[in-house]
Amino acid sequence: MDNRAKINIKNLNFYYHDHQAIKDVSLDIKYNEIYAIFGPANSGTTTILKAINRMCDLIPGTRTEGEILLDGKDIRSPDFNITELRRRVGIVFEEPVPLPMSIFDNIAYGPRMSGIKNKVVLAERVENSLRMAVLWDEVKDKLHSPALRLSGGQQQRLCIARILALEPEVIMLDRPCAALDPISTFQIEESLKLLKERFTIIIVPHNIQQAARVADRAGFMLMGTLVEEGDTDQMFVNPREQKTSDYITGRFG
Amino acid sequence: MRISPKKSQIIAKTLIWAVAVIVILLLIFIMAYILVKGLPTLSWQFLSEVPRDMGRSGGILSTIVSTLLVTVVAVVVATPLGVGTAFYLTEYTREGRVTRIIRFCAGALAAIPSIVYGLFGFIFFVIYLKLGWSVISGGLTLGVMILPTIIRTSEDAIRAVHPMYRDVSYSLGGTKWQTIVGAVAPSALPGIITGVILGIGRCVAETAAVILTAGSALRMPTSLFSPARTMAVHFYILAREGISMERAYGTAALLIVFILIINVAANILLNKFVAKGR
Ligand SMILES: Nc1ncnc2c1ncn2[C@@H]1O[C@H](COP(=O)(O)OP(=O)(O)OP(=O)(O)O)[C@@H](O)[C@H]1O
Ligand SMILES: [Mg+2]
Repeated sequence: MDNRAKINIKNLNFYYHDHQAIKDVSLDIKYNEIYAIFGPANSGTTTILKAINRMCDLIPGTRTEGEILLDGKDIRSPDFNITELRRRVGIVFEEPVPLPMSIFDNIAYGPRMSGIKNKVVLAERVENSLRMAVLWDEVKDKLHSPALRLSGGQQQRLCIARILALEPEVIMLDRPCAALDPISTFQIEESLKLLKERFTIIIVPHNIQQAARVADRAGFMLMGTLVEEGDTDQMFVNPREQKTSDYITGRFG
Repeated sequence: MRISPKKSQIIAKTLIWAVAVIVILLLIFIMAYILVKGLPTLSWQFLSEVPRDMGRSGGILSTIVSTLLVTVVAVVVATPLGVGTAFYLTEYTREGRVTRIIRFCAGALAAIPSIVYGLFGFIFFVIYLKLGWSVISGGLTLGVMILPTIIRTSEDAIRAVHPMYRDVSYSLGGTKWQTIVGAVAPSALPGIITGVILGIGRCVAETAAVILTAGSALRMPTSLFSPARTMAVHFYILAREGISMERAYGTAALLIVFILIINVAANILLNKFVAKGR
């Protein structure tokens, strides 16, 4: 594993109007690691993901303070191209929302918008992404039927494939297995472990076991603050902070 | 006397049913009446010849052509303006004084009687812009008239688009324009088309606004600047001047058939389109 940081977050504060959702968070995410950000409801995990690729800029009345660096460059500086940022740092939302078009068109949507028109290239991208998201075998015969007809779990994997098709550098996944059965969850987790060879992955896991299974390192968030972070091997066995240990052992949250 | 909830439920249901049945019967009766009276008049000659002797004999071809031309001008002018305004209001501005003013004006314009549009068109297009009684004056006037409807229905359709579609498109690296064209517009399209069709229906059926701006000349229009008499106007004049009730009904029946065809065709198109995404 490369030890340089892919993303540096420095003293990040984030506000929805007057409500401060992220409080002075600093953390580094390294190249080709899986980093889990976890915590109880409303602790700000989704907000941090949306801050990293500036999806939160779309919400009126929000304010960001501090620095987020991607490969050492400030993503909020005026000359940082925001659509390119979102292509390089893809997000899979917690709620899977296929666009009302075919499976193929959903996956090809991002590449098409980045200017790829060649049919062969597009078809290749679509197939590869679907394979990586463990959906190919289920949909290969109905690529041109509407994506909205897929089951909840299939839709979730479709949304993962849609991001992979962008060939991003960082993939952020917000509870990617919430609607999945144990078998698909296992497959996705195995797939993530392979994918980290090529991507840097940030995941909001849907439980602590998942964080322990897939993540190299993890950060525990509580009410907008980062309580503790570290290697998962160490953190889940022997946490430094009382709050972390309380949460992990299920004493609150 | 007190009525038990169960009884009041039954009474309410019966009343609502009765009203619905009466309305539907009334509609069917009107349509049937006009079709029965008018359809026998329809013949190949009626459709393919220009009117002669003030409409007492010959056909109504020139009025069909005029209706088509005037409507096309109106739709071609009003659709881009109306849909553009709707996208501007929903996607490019924050809610505020400007949007409220535009929306208020559109609402007010929608409630104005069509003869006022006719008067406006007469003064502005016919006299001031010196376009005379012509297809273009009539079309532009109708365009202004249906603009509020198109704005309103398009706006509603755009607002009804799943808000996450925008987020998804942006998150896949879409620009604002790509997001509007690729994710928002396709979902809003059925609603937008419905608005345009409502507009077409109003154009085809309009008399007051066209008679003042396109005139009532029976000759076949040869250009956008020729005066023209639409079917609705023809029907009105035939009936009012007692020229030929038979032919008035014939024209009315054809109007109804046209409007039915437009609606059915639009429905089929929409279903095809919607089915693609679902
Ligand atoms: N659009 C918004 N407007 C205002 N407040 C918001 C908005 N989105 C989130 N918040 C608030 O910010 C805080 C953090 O929200 P966030 O969605 O990041 O939590 P989360 O950790 O993802 O929670 P969950 O585990 O339920 O997904 C919460 O208190 C929430 O109410
Ligand atoms: Mg969340």
